[in-house]
Amino acid sequence: MRAFMAIVRRELSAYFATPIAYVFIVIFVALAGVFTFQVGNFFARGVADLAPFFLYLPWLLLVLAPAVAMRLWAEERNSGTIELLLTLPLTTTTAVVAKWLAGWLFLGVGLMATFGLWITVNWLGSPDNGVIALGYLAGWATGGVLLAAGAAMSAITRNQVIAYVLAAAVCFILMSMGTPLVQEVLGGALPAPVAEALLAISVPSHYAAVAQGVVTLADVVYWLSMTAFWLFINVLVVEWKKAA
Amino acid sequence: MDALLRLEDVRKSFGPIMAVDGISLSVARGEVLGFLGPNGAGKSTTMKVAVGFLRPDGGRVEICGIDMWARPVEAKRHLGYLPEGAPLYDEMTVRGFLKFCGAARGMSGSGLKRAMEEAAERTRLTSVWGQGIGTLSKGFRRRVGLAQAIMHRPDVLILDEPTDGLDPNQKQVVRDLIREMAKDSAIIVSTHILEEVPAVCDRVVIIARGRVVAAGTAEDIAARVPDGAEPSLEMAFRHLTTRESAGRAAA
Repeated sequence: MRAFMAIVRRELSAYFATPIAYVFIVIFVALAGVFTFQVGNFFARGVADLAPFFLYLPWLLLVLAPAVAMRLWAEERNSGTIELLLTLPLTTTTAVVAKWLAGWLFLGVGLMATFGLWITVNWLGSPDNGVIALGYLAGWATGGVLLAAGAAMSAITRNQVIAYVLAAAVCFILMSMGTPLVQEVLGGALPAPVAEALLAISVPSHYAAVAQGVVTLADVVYWLSMTAFWLFINVLVVEWKKAA
Repeated sequence: MDALLRLEDVRKSFGPIMAVDGISLSVARGEVLGFLGPNGAGKSTTMKVAVGFLRPDGGRVEICGIDMWARPVEAKRHLGYLPEGAPLYDEMTVRGFLKFCGAARGMSGSGLKRAMEEAAERTRLTSVWGQGIGTLSKGFRRRVGLAQAIMHRPDVLILDEPTDGLDPNQKQVVRDLIREMAKDSAIIVSTHILEEVPAVCDRVVIIARGRVVAAGTAEDIAARVPDGAEPSLEMAFRHLTTRESAGRAAA
């Protein structure tokens, strides 16, 4: 546990040791503002809630989560510090989960930076703050899934740019499988049970309802199992690289 | 003497390239083994296998009698490792880095503080204690790498080219430290700087193209020169590791 916390602390402080983290957060918050107020027609709707923000949040996370994930393993492999990390007396799983947790906490900080939007809608009217809180949690959980997938991709390469592209590609697949457009295409090309299964493991199908205030056990199980699945893939990749 | 580190018929290939081809060696407590070989002979790969960073295709690695691949966490508890080039987290301070390494090894409180201070003192790091690692000179970086390798007083210490690129004064500091650590540990030092072998190592293993071509004391090996030549470690090294003679020496 001590080793686990040591890695979480080190990783988290590594994010803030360079200006890149702040740049990501600023871009994320700026995009959140643009999508909420401009693209989401916040003022034309005349409703003081964050529905437009939560509509676009998973797509914003599609940009942010790979950016947070890309350095987790690629940087260690590139600088050689991975030799230090993997010869410490801890399991690969400990390192994988600790790194993910640090990235997830950083994503949480990014989400918190958008609290200005929450304050704004409360100032303009009286939104259902329970729904908003649930929306944030759904966004954070979704970010956790995308981050875990991105971290697994980061373990494949020593190049952070390649890590970002791979992570964004996998996250895009996880996202787009749940969109009506892709579902329509898949529905025509694949047997119905397969298309339904793909929909079930897509990110939006478990995000949309929760962001509107309805959370089911199935969604929670989905987030937990999907995150665990990608962390497991991450462990496999790290172990596979030892044998390669 | 019981061996604290034992490699048995370790093999490792990368695609078609056989990097380590059946290397066996053992090091006992109180012993410093010089691991020599030309560049690309498989020294670093052997060391990466010994510390559990690379999985061998075949063979066995034991640290204090613990099988590295059956019980890796336990085996690594007894291990200190300085990777080639001493990679470090540049954004951390020396203090922060050693604190991380200690905590990741399960140390805490006054025990951790004592281990950090002791390691810093032995590697002469106290003057750069609060400095960012990214701003340090090569010599200091190497010493930070050494400090993390020795801070938990490991039974087995594996140092990959610890003096490479250091000036003569810095080399002496590192050699003294290795001799001092050797009292309680089993140490492997890889190097291609032959001049430091007699000063530091009790025993020498020379490898070429992934195979052991000679093993013994520095004196024994220095005598293995072509007929009529003066005994010298450098001459013997060249004689044993050049392509023509490597096959014959191994056989």
